[in-house]
Amino acid sequence: MSRSPSALEIRNLSKTYGDGTEALQGIDLDVEDGEFFGLLGPNGAGKSTTIGIITSLVNKTGGTVRCFGIDLDQDQAGVKQQIGLVPQEFNFNQFEHPLQIVMQQAGYYGIPRKLARRRTEKYLRQMGLWDKRTTKARMLSGGMKRRLMIARALVHEPRLLILDEPTAGVDIELRRATWALLEEVNQQGTTVILTTHYLEEAEALCRHIAIIDQGRIVENTDKKSLLAKLNIETFVLDLQSPAPADLGLDGYHHCLTDATTLEIDIARDRSLNDVFYLLSCQNIEVTSMRNKANRLEELFVNLVEPNKDLKGQS
Amino acid sequence: MSEATAPGVIQDSRLRANLVGLQTLVIKEVTRLLRIWPQTIVPPVITTTLYYIIFGKIIGSRVGEMGGVPYIEFIVPGLVMMSVINNSYSNVVSSFFSAKFQRNVEEMLISPMHNSVILLGLMAGGMTRAMLIGSIVLLVSMFFVETLSIYSIPLTLSVALLTAALFSIGGFINALLARKFDDVAIIPTFVLTPLTYLGGVFYSIALLPQPWETISRFNPIVYMVSAFRYGILKDRLSPELIDINIGVAFAAICVFIILLFSTAMWMLNRGIGLRA
Ligand SMILES: Nc1ncnc2c1ncn2[C@@H]1O[C@H](COP(=O)(O)OP(=O)(O)OP(=O)(O)O)[C@@H](O)[C@H]1O
Ligand SMILES: [Mg+2]
Repeated sequence: MSRSPSALEIRNLSKTYGDGTEALQGIDLDVEDGEFFGLLGPNGAGKSTTIGIITSLVNKTGGTVRCFGIDLDQDQAGVKQQIGLVPQEFNFNQFEHPLQIVMQQAGYYGIPRKLARRRTEKYLRQMGLWDKRTTKARMLSGGMKRRLMIARALVHEPRLLILDEPTAGVDIELRRATWALLEEVNQQGTTVILTTHYLEEAEALCRHIAIIDQGRIVENTDKKSLLAKLNIETFVLDLQSPAPADLGLDGYHHCLTDATTLEIDIARDRSLNDVFYLLSCQNIEVTSMRNKANRLEELFVNLVEPNKDLKGQS
Repeated sequence: MSEATAPGVIQDSRLRANLVGLQTLVIKEVTRLLRIWPQTIVPPVITTTLYYIIFGKIIGSRVGEMGGVPYIEFIVPGLVMMSVINNSYSNVVSSFFSAKFQRNVEEMLISPMHNSVILLGLMAGGMTRAMLIGSIVLLVSMFFVETLSIYSIPLTLSVALLTAALFSIGGFINALLARKFDDVAIIPTFVLTPLTYLGGVFYSIALLPQPWETISRFNPIVYMVSAFRYGILKDRLSPELIDINIGVAFAAICVFIILLFSTAMWMLNRGIGLRA
C-alpha cells in the first residue's frame, strides 16, 4: 500500500535573477494530490517565479522540485507531462485562432491529431469558445483570451493544473463561471494551484492556502485553521469631530477612512477599554462603533504589513 | 505511476510523442509561411527576377561567356543559392523571434517535447521555404536561358538541402540571441549579404587576383555556391572555373551543420535567450 505521492513537493527553492533580484529565498511547499491550493501574496512576492520554475520557464538557482514523485532535475519531460499552465500574461500567437492554438498545444504534448481534434472541440466548447474557433486570437475579448488559455492548459488533461491569476480583469459573472469550472476540474481529480489577488476567490475555492511575501512563505495552512487563527478584529469607530493627526494609538494598526471614521485592529485578547482610554486622553469622542467582518483580507494585511515596515526601515 | 511500466515502453511512447510534436511543428511552420506568402514568397521571386534581367540580360549580354557558358547561365546557380541562404535564414529567425517576442514560444517550452524537436521543427520551416523559393527561382530562370540542363539532380538537391539546413540553424541561433526586432537584421545585413555577394554568386573566385582568391577560400559560402554550380553546370563549365573539390565542399558543409546544431542544442538546453 503506497500512499500516492504529493502533486508537488518543493524544498528550499531559491531564485536569484540575473540582475541580482532575490525573488525566492528558499521556500518549501507541499501540495497534496487532489488539493485545491491557493498561493497568495502581494505584487512581486515571487508567485510567478515559483510557477515559472515548476513549469520549466525559469531556471532555478537552488533547491528541488518533485511533481507526483518525479524529480524535475532527473526527468524534466516527465514533470512537464503532468502539468497544465495558465500563465499570468497572454502568451499565444495573436495571429492564430483558438482551434490552431489548442490543437498545436495538444501536438506538443504528443497527442495524435485525431484525438487532439476531439479534445480541442471538447475544451473549446466547455470554455464557450467553439463559435470563435476560427477568430484570430487578437480579436477575442480579454475574458475569452483567458478562457482560451484555460482550454489550452487542459487539452492534455494534466494531473496538476496551475493558474497564475486566471481571473485578473475578468468581470464578476465570468469570474464565477470560471470558479465553477475550476471546481469541476478539481472534483474530477485534477490538483489545482491558483494564484490570485482576489481574496474572496481564494476563500471561495481553495482548501489550502500559502502566503508568500518577499520570496518567503509566511503562512501555509488549510483555510479553516487560517480563518480560526484570525484573532484580530477590525472595528469601525465614528468620531464626533475630525480627528487630529496624532491619535495616540501607538501599537494599534489603524487608519482613518475619512476625517471622522477610524478603523482599528484589536486583538481578541486585548481589552477595548485600553483603546477608549487612549482616545479620551486625546479628547476624541466616539459616537458609535461596529465591527467589520473578518476575512482573509485582514489576515493578509497583518502578515504582510510587518515585512513592509521592515523594508521601510532598511 | 511509472513503476508498473517498463522503461523501454516509456522510451517508445516518448519517441512517438516527440514525432507527433515534430509533425505539429512542421505543419505549423509551413502553414505560417504559406499564410504570409506576400511577405515570404513574392519578394524573393521579384528580386531574383530583377537580377536575371539586369545582370543576366542587360549586363550579361556585354559580358559574353564565362567559363564556356553564357554569363546568365553562370549566375543562375548562384542566384538560386542566394535565395536558399536568405530564405532559410530569414524564415527561421523571424518565425522563432516572433514566437519569443509574443511569448508563444512558452507553449513549446512547457511541453515535454525534446529540444531537438523544437530545433528540427523550425528548421523544417526554413528548409521548406528555401526549397520552394529555390525551385521557383530556378523555374523563372527558364525564361532567360536558352537551355536549362542539370548535370546531377541528386547532387544539386542535396547541396541545396544541406545549405538550407545550415542557414536555418543560423537563423535559429540569431533568434535565440536577439532581444529586439532590430537584432534580427544585423547578421543578414552585416554578415550574410557581404559573404554571399563575395561568395562567387556573380563570378568565379578563380578570376580574382591574389590575395583575394585565397581570402575568399575562407568564406564558407564559396563552397556551397560552387558545389551547387558544379551540380548544375559540371559538364559544360571549363574545369579551371570550378572553384572547389566537391568532396571537400560536402564535408565542410556537414561539419558546419554539426557545429551549429550542437551550439543551438547547447543554447536551448541552457535556456539561453529563453529562460530567465
Ligand atoms: N525576468 C526577471 N528578471 C529580473 N527580475 C525579475 C524577473 N521576473 C521577476 N523578477 C522580480 O522577481 C520578484 C518576484 O516577481 P514575481 O513575478 O515572481 O512576483 P509575483 O508574486 O508573481 O507578483 P505579481 O502578483 O505582481 O504577479 C520581483 O521583485 C520581480 O521584480
Ligand atoms: Mg505574478
